[in-house]
Amino acid sequence: MEQTIPLTYYLLVSAILFVMGALGVLVRRNPLIIFMSIELMLNAANLAFVAFARSFGVLTGQIFVFFVMTVAAAEVAVGLALIVIIFRTRHNIDVDQMNSLKG
Amino acid sequence: MTLIFFIILAVVAIASAAGLLISRNSVYAALYLVLNFACVAVFYLLLGAPFIALAQVTVYAGAIMVLFLFVIMLLGADKLPRGQVLPWQRPVAIVLAGVLLAEAGFLLIQRLNLSTSLANPDASANTTANLQELAKMLFSQYLLPFEVTSVLLLVAMIGVIVLTKKEKGEA
Repeated sequence: MEQTIPLTYYLLVSAILFVMGALGVLVRRNPLIIFMSIELMLNAANLAFVAFARSFGVLTGQIFVFFVMTVAAAEVAVGLALIVIIFRTRHNIDVDQMNSLKG
Repeated sequence: MTLIFFIILAVVAIASAAGLLISRNSVYAALYLVLNFACVAVFYLLLGAPFIALAQVTVYAGAIMVLFLFVIMLLGADKLPRGQVLPWQRPVAIVLAGVLLAEAGFLLIQRLNLSTSLANPDASANTTANLQELAKMLFSQYLLPFEVTSVLLLVAMIGVIVLTKKEKGEA
């Protein structure tokens, strides 16, 4: 007898992962870790998308996940470039020290 | 059986996310995140989305995390000295996260029919049809967003080149 997994379980895991990502953005001060936490949140949202796509029997959720991945890749490329530049000029990447937008 | 597998996977995913949050060393944090991405990829397989699972492994666990590790190593930021900690920051963040989780859980319980179950995908039969359907949708109904993402990636690439190039010229 195959057991089935309720949709709620997937959404619960997704919610927990999202909250942990948000916590990481709030607590950690290393921008690299903050970026990783953002990736964690995007992943949690993707998991919810795929679970809903499975639940409703439509593929639109999976298409959206595809687009989210693309946007995440672009965001990571630009964000890491910014971090590298800031590190080159300031030699410090603690976000609490970044209080000026002037180069 | 599937439920046990699901629970083990969920525990590993959440534990690796916790490892990301508490690890002092950025390299360990990145490796925990890779583990988390792998777990989410297996979730996608459980949900009958093999294309998304493979894209997850190649794009997230492969490309993006390699980029992260490259930057960590480039900056030598794997062990940052601890700076000044705002004393109220951590408890406030934890309380806010708790509120967010409670809200999400409340909405889940209130809005969703708790008995909605997802049947296990028929692994061999479903895969090819699923992939064909996905490709059809992507290249007909969602063709414009697809092209826009290609432009977005190009713009991001040019942006990164311009950002780093300009800095080199000034220095």
